[in-house]
Amino acid sequence: MTEMTEKARIGAPSAAPVIDGFTEEGENLSPLTDNSHRGPLAGDSAKGHSHGGGVGVPDSSRAGRLTSYRLADFAPLTGREEDWRFTPLKRLRGLHTDALTGAAPTVAVAGPEGTALPAGVRVETVGREDGRIGVAGIPEDRVAAAAWEAFTEATVITIPAELQAASGIIVSITGAGREAAAQHTVIVAEKFSKAVVVLDHRGSATLAQNVEVDIQDGAELTLVTVQEWDDDAVHASAQAAKIGRDAKFKHVAVNLGGDLVRITPTSRFTQPGGDVEMYGLYFADAGQHLEQRLFVDHAVPNCKSRVLYKGALQGKDAHTVWVGDVLIRKEAEGTDTYEVNRNLVLTDGARADSVPNLEIETGLIEGAGHASATGRFDDEQLFYLMARGIPEETARRLVVRGFLHEIIQHVKVPELEARLTDAVERELAAGNN
Amino acid sequence: MSTLEIKDLHVSIETEQGAKEILKGVSLTINTGQIHAIMGPNGSGKSTLASTIAGHPRYIVDSGSITLDGEDVLAMSVDERARAGLFLAMQYPVEVPGVTMTNFLRTAKTALDGEAPSLRTWTKSVKEAMAELRIDADFAQRNVNEGFSGGEKKRVEILQLELFKPRFAIMDETDSGLDVDALKVVSEGHNREFSRGAMGTLLITHYTRILRYIKPDFVHVFVDGKIAEEGGPELADRLEEEGYDRYLTPAKA
Repeated sequence: MTEMTEKARIGAPSAAPVIDGFTEEGENLSPLTDNSHRGPLAGDSAKGHSHGGGVGVPDSSRAGRLTSYRLADFAPLTGREEDWRFTPLKRLRGLHTDALTGAAPTVAVAGPEGTALPAGVRVETVGREDGRIGVAGIPEDRVAAAAWEAFTEATVITIPAELQAASGIIVSITGAGREAAAQHTVIVAEKFSKAVVVLDHRGSATLAQNVEVDIQDGAELTLVTVQEWDDDAVHASAQAAKIGRDAKFKHVAVNLGGDLVRITPTSRFTQPGGDVEMYGLYFADAGQHLEQRLFVDHAVPNCKSRVLYKGALQGKDAHTVWVGDVLIRKEAEGTDTYEVNRNLVLTDGARADSVPNLEIETGLIEGAGHASATGRFDDEQLFYLMARGIPEETARRLVVRGFLHEIIQHVKVPELEARLTDAVERELAAGNN
Repeated sequence: MSTLEIKDLHVSIETEQGAKEILKGVSLTINTGQIHAIMGPNGSGKSTLASTIAGHPRYIVDSGSITLDGEDVLAMSVDERARAGLFLAMQYPVEVPGVTMTNFLRTAKTALDGEAPSLRTWTKSVKEAMAELRIDADFAQRNVNEGFSGGEKKRVEILQLELFKPRFAIMDETDSGLDVDALKVVSEGHNREFSRGAMGTLLITHYTRILRYIKPDFVHVFVDGKIAEEGGPELADRLEEEGYDRYLTPAKA
């Protein structure tokens, strides 16, 4: 274990290493960080990441962030807030200012490709008073609070105790119009159950959404959220998971379609022995804003988390944002955490923001680190492939496909993996016009 | 028979201090069925010649020509050169994450031949070639060069040479960093392909060691971007004994 004598906040800007052998990047903690010469992000074009806590932003711990079910507790947004500073508020189409009274997207739950729901899985539509609402989540920003106040009914999906769902559970969420709307979903994975749940967002919508995920002791849940909206959609989604004792949670966020998509997945360990993997794949085209802000809260001892988000950008004003907050609280001894973000910028005029924040309040941990790199397509890889006769276009596709495929491999629903592979191909092809 | 002809080639690179000339007029003619060794001290321009033939964008051809059976190689893109039959076994093969060897080899073979290889015979030839080069079968499922040792990377370069069957192979210090066993395996791989009689080889090396296994017909000594001396295999023996010193310190009159 690494012994530290004082509180270290790794995300904060500092001129000198806080602790010997422990730089801001955490380079000395894991061999994984030593990958500046690997992957399409290697070479002279790769650059390091910026850190949080920029000019005018107070140095506040993630632990101190306001949480409330009441919209009135959140001040109106100005765009200067730390957690909104990258988001173009005027493109939120009123999600942060209006009453969210539009028709919520339709929800249909089934097995893959329209097959029957796996046996034993329960789907209910419930009112606001249902006791399971609030079981895993509490809004952490104004839009999530607005959605919490506005939803009229919620979908509750339950995987009963010890059930091993025979196939994926596909939740098709189809936009019902452009009026600002709210939606609420609760997923309960009871003790020792095992399942894959897919939230499949399509159509057109202006949607603020809360998804609560309760992973009870010993349960194993994979939650894949796919945003393949029409071009004009606006979507803000807070996805809060509560992880029980020895439970495993895998979260995969795939952001492809929509004008503005902002997802904020949160994993909170509430009992020891939890294991969380969070993956993300995003591909931004001209004009698209795709934002992912995740939070892993190590609040109890002996939990493990791994985060890997990969994004590609092409076209003028394509903008992606990745913010990874990991907090290791004083109680969370024995924590093992590592987070990585990689961005591949394919054309001029695109912008990728990447901000890993690691806060560490105890020295008695197994390991903690982060890495981030944003780079252009590596010309040496291109040369190598072309020197074997492969035309430039094919070579580029091979590399980008390979870069993103690492995430698709984690989806584990074959039908969906094939669809996402196709979707990435389409994104690539669209850039060749 | 094919001929690769290099005439009065001048090549420079961009540096922070401006353009720097590396090759200062190189002429060389290689026919299929011949092995030419290019030897020379570090920094003499050997690898620049290899990369320039393959078309690496870093190297700027200021004057001179490279032709393959009369066709202007310098007018071709990197992939066109490969499809014309030129193969560069690289000194530092590049890692390509996310692309498996299997996928890479098949994609390249398809591009080189203009049609996909028959799956059954292709899989068989890949397996056999890998076995001969003592490459573990599980490498086929690994990403291109990712996490390979130096020796493994060089074997995989020769694997490609055997599978792609080029008209001219340019081996850029393939021997550097190899132990004796690996050197033998790699040399045998080259010799198998060469013995088919349809390939010419430009063997670039700093050391004479590899010439015990790959026998050159001609030896060219590179010094300061030019060919300082040319001869038969006996020139290599002389270099083995004397080193490059006599080229580097001109005799005083």
